[in-house]
Amino acid sequence: MPELFKFPKSLKKTLFHYCPGCHHSIVHRLLCEVIDELNIQEKSVGIASIGCSCFLYFYIDVDILEAPHGRACAAATGIKRAKPELIVFTYQGDGDFAAIGFNESFHSALRGEKITAIMINNTVYGMTGGQLSPTTLPGQKTTTTPEGRDPNFYGYPPRIAEIFAELEGVAFSGRFAVNTPKRVLETKKALKKAFLAQINNLGFGYIEILSACPVNWKLDPVSANKEVDKLTKVFPLGTFKDKVKNILNSEKKGEKP
Amino acid sequence: MKAKKVLAKGIEAIAFGALEAGCKCYFGYPITPQNEIPELMARELPKRGGVFLQAESELAAINMVLGACAVGVRAMTSSSSPGISLMCEAFSYIAALELPAVVANVMRGGPGLGGIEASQGDYFQAVKGSGHGDFHFMVLAPHNAQEAYELTAKAFEFAEKYRNPVMILSDAILGQMKEPLILKKLRIKEYNKNDWALTGAKNRPSRIIRSLFLSSQELKERNLKLAKKYKKMKKDIIYENLVNDEDRVIVVAFGSMARIAKDACLNLRKKGYPVGFFRPVTLFPFPVKPIQELIKKAKNPLKFVVPELNCGQMVEDVKLAVNGEASVISLPYPPSVIPFPEELEKEIKKCLSSSSFQKA
Repeated sequence: MPELFKFPKSLKKTLFHYCPGCHHSIVHRLLCEVIDELNIQEKSVGIASIGCSCFLYFYIDVDILEAPHGRACAAATGIKRAKPELIVFTYQGDGDFAAIGFNESFHSALRGEKITAIMINNTVYGMTGGQLSPTTLPGQKTTTTPEGRDPNFYGYPPRIAEIFAELEGVAFSGRFAVNTPKRVLETKKALKKAFLAQINNLGFGYIEILSACPVNWKLDPVSANKEVDKLTKVFPLGTFKDKVKNILNSEKKGEKP
Repeated sequence: MKAKKVLAKGIEAIAFGALEAGCKCYFGYPITPQNEIPELMARELPKRGGVFLQAESELAAINMVLGACAVGVRAMTSSSSPGISLMCEAFSYIAALELPAVVANVMRGGPGLGGIEASQGDYFQAVKGSGHGDFHFMVLAPHNAQEAYELTAKAFEFAEKYRNPVMILSDAILGQMKEPLILKKLRIKEYNKNDWALTGAKNRPSRIIRSLFLSSQELKERNLKLAKKYKKMKKDIIYENLVNDEDRVIVVAFGSMARIAKDACLNLRKKGYPVGFFRPVTLFPFPVKPIQELIKKAKNPLKFVVPELNCGQMVEDVKLAVNGEASVISLPYPPSVIPFPEELEKEIKKCLSSSSFQKA
């Protein structure tokens, strides 16, 4: 009988430290499945950022560099430019990617760096205890917006995936979620494309994944999982740019891309 | 083959030195007075199979250096004072991650936006405070174009030897002045990076380069490891010593001020004054022992005079080295017009004639 499900080779056999109901562990597993399927474990370098996922290196069995807060895309640029044969990815939260590191993220995308950036958007600073982030929803209560985010005071959350889709240097951009089995499968497909954008030298691969943060949202895991649906109203799911598609189609037809 | 002789600015000498050492990546952001470094690298690096990339900020530039160093490739950046301040967060990480990065600071007047004249106002920052936590750059201070060339090349070797960032501390006047430069072949040792660089986990377990250690014992050990390394660096202390045992005043200066001070000292000596000259080349580690040796050998009570293009910074390290065994006088020249040797001669003579000599 064919093996239908197995433990990913590039996922370390250790317990996740993440809180119950957190979506990091699902994305970690998907990331490892993609690394395995693309057979890139031996030539990958991951950049861990600052936030709950800074311990990425305890779970993903590839070479990993820990970058200063927000600078993951700059460090990834340095690696890819120095050794283009490596497959380089960053794994960042919304604070790291879209607040303190927005300039580095944006300019890496503008330059069309051949890297893959994974952004986990849970609308709060998870590790520091649930403060306001750029992607906090209007009206959402955080520890630093106790009355809820007032757009007149803090403005509106940015839709990074849509913004990045407009940039010439970006080859793949999309927003996904992992709160239903169907969405998990869609996310995996997209994650693979974000890597294929790099592998095929097409440009910057960006994938944003809406994730639950039950502890800081002050919800139980099941309610937090449902709450992600609410996020999709401000952050619509979908692929906003896909240059990889053409390559995959021509491969199917047996043409040279 | 005879080495090529060129007329070059001090900062071009830095770039030539980096190329001679086989630097493969340069990441930087424009700032006066060091733009000739990135401009030269932009022309020369791609020809040699290297990478030049102008970053969107100094923050990005130094983190690109961090990335390139992590995969075992020789990389550098350069900037001037305000830009160096922006890089300080990453300096701390680079030291913690034990990466062999090379950084050139062509100092300009500060604080704030300051000015673009020569200054040595970043001495404290370079030697003691280039970021958070217990770490140090190895700091090399050239005083002419030739030395800038040779020290920059050597910086890549030191950086790999100690797996620690190395800073070339220069300034606007040294950087912008044109001098003859012999592009001689240098022997720069390359250390094995195969046992730590991130090159993909092929035929070996995966590697982690990180600086977060939440267990207090582990963090303590990391700090002690770095401290031990800084002690070891003392083996590579470099200085220039023109002191006679009979001298009564020793002028201690570095970088461009050392050029002026050396002229002043040699002029005074010709006239028969007992004046010696001492120039630290490694500012960290500071040549403490050599200075103590001078005191031990001195036949007369000594006075140390420390002229600097700032309000008095290195003088504190001279005081620590002297440790109360002689008097130490600061001659501060905050960023402005630099003094002529004659002006310094006058000040040194004043020190000679005053009675405040302390018994060695």
